[in-house]
Amino acid sequence: MDDFLHTYVIPALIMIGESLLLIVCLLIFVAYILYADRKIWAAVQLRRGPNVVGPWGLFQAFADLIKFVVKEPIVPSGANKGVFLLAPLVTAMLAISAFAVVPMANGWVIADINVGILYLFAVSSLGVYGIIMSGWASNSKYPFLGALRSAAQMVSYEVSIGFVLITVLLLVGSLNLSDIVVAQEEGIGTHFGLVASFLDWHWLPLLPMFVIFFVSALAETNRPPFDLVEAESELVAGFHVEYSSTPFLLFFLGEYVSIVLMCSLGTILFLGGWLPPVDVAPFTWVPGIVWFLIKVCAMFFLFAMVKAFVPRYRYDQLMRLGWKVFLPISLAMVVIVAAVLQVTGWAG
Amino acid sequence: MILPAIFFYIFSAVTIASAVMVIGSRNPVHSVLFLILAFVNAAGLFILLGAEFLAMILVVVYVGAVAVLFLFVVMMLDVDFVELRQGFLTYLPVGGLIGIVLLAELVLVLGGWYFVPNAPAVAAPEVASVSNTAALGQLLYTRYVYLFEIAGFVLLVAMIGAIVLTLHHKQGVKRQSIPQQNARTPATAIEVRKVESGRGL
Repeated sequence: MDDFLHTYVIPALIMIGESLLLIVCLLIFVAYILYADRKIWAAVQLRRGPNVVGPWGLFQAFADLIKFVVKEPIVPSGANKGVFLLAPLVTAMLAISAFAVVPMANGWVIADINVGILYLFAVSSLGVYGIIMSGWASNSKYPFLGALRSAAQMVSYEVSIGFVLITVLLLVGSLNLSDIVVAQEEGIGTHFGLVASFLDWHWLPLLPMFVIFFVSALAETNRPPFDLVEAESELVAGFHVEYSSTPFLLFFLGEYVSIVLMCSLGTILFLGGWLPPVDVAPFTWVPGIVWFLIKVCAMFFLFAMVKAFVPRYRYDQLMRLGWKVFLPISLAMVVIVAAVLQVTGWAG
Repeated sequence: MILPAIFFYIFSAVTIASAVMVIGSRNPVHSVLFLILAFVNAAGLFILLGAEFLAMILVVVYVGAVAVLFLFVVMMLDVDFVELRQGFLTYLPVGGLIGIVLLAELVLVLGGWYFVPNAPAVAAPEVASVSNTAALGQLLYTRYVYLFEIAGFVLLVAMIGAIVLTLHHKQGVKRQSIPQQNARTPATAIEVRKVESGRGL
């Protein structure tokens, strides 16, 4: 019995505790990411943004949460009820479950699995189901059109994200996310005898892939300028026209959690994860989690700025960009990176 | 030891139940959703076997891409259920035959394993020393490289075939040419004319 306690019960309790802590921190972070998104957007348009609830509007996200929760959820009469209510759950749950493998600092990860990056790729490719299911189950034309668009869009941009991941994997030689960060301690900078710094991170040797990853991440999370799924000028509100109160909140939450996920993934793959920008005294005193959060916020600032000043793409332009521009470039980069590694013998 | 067994039974039970529901449910969209559930649970079984790479690839390829397109098509089809039920008996012999062939193949594979218990281990590299992904890569790119390349070419031919079958340019349809649009300058696009007041062009 004592053995059972030590092999199963205590590790399970620790794991549940870690997961709960992660989810609570993540949701609070997402609340302020949402606030930052609205503030940045407002600042670009010379507006004030949310400024009423709490000092400088800091509690706006929580006020929105309470408002969504206490309202009545409405299920349309022609809707397929089970699938209709399952869709927002799938979206929110998948987005949050992806964070199980994200290393926030050295060793700060709930599941340090061998195929971490494939897990992230798999979970983000499942994200499309929430949207398709909601579009179909609503039994309404605008959600359905939005769902069809999103299916095509997310599948297309996953292809280029996949190739971006492959080039990073070629450099690192491991599918483990912590290994990918650790591999960025050495790079171009240390090759020329400099101290370990931001020049070693993958954004420099793989700059074209970083740009492709960033744009594909925008498309994958249905962020503007690729938010054709919910284009309000054409489709009212796209796939979530028929949703209200808590189910809508879950969609909203899932969307922002997956944006934070994409920012973290970009940080881990290209910006050196928890590594300090220069590996000398004042920077190394700061804990890794702080550097990680700063980098995630910087990535999110780019996301927010793109939303604020880029007009929406037309659907055919979006498809053309995915299949005729990004796919050939990323495919060529996979071949080039593999060839360079093979010829120079840098492959591990 | 007890935990993997519990998860094995959960995953297998859900896989079989959802596989039955794929055939049994009246709504084809529900069928596809149950198929997806079956795929995800099969991935769970792979993880229990220690084949985490296969599990993730199953989710990425089948659930993330193939089933999305499948769902896409099924959602847009206008399926007549009455007609489907009528066709059931005529297709039963063919379906039954395919089922028997699959069953025979499974019996052959598992039977061989029963008589020669170490048969699958002959081709495999040292599992304990390398990770799952590396082991698969070492096999695919060394011993089975020709088969792997041939499989790749078959897929390429199938892809080109699908594109050739669906791509046909209709005559007389205005098409958008992005390079032509980008190459336009004010000199080629607009013409400035002096118009006298009170007169048109």
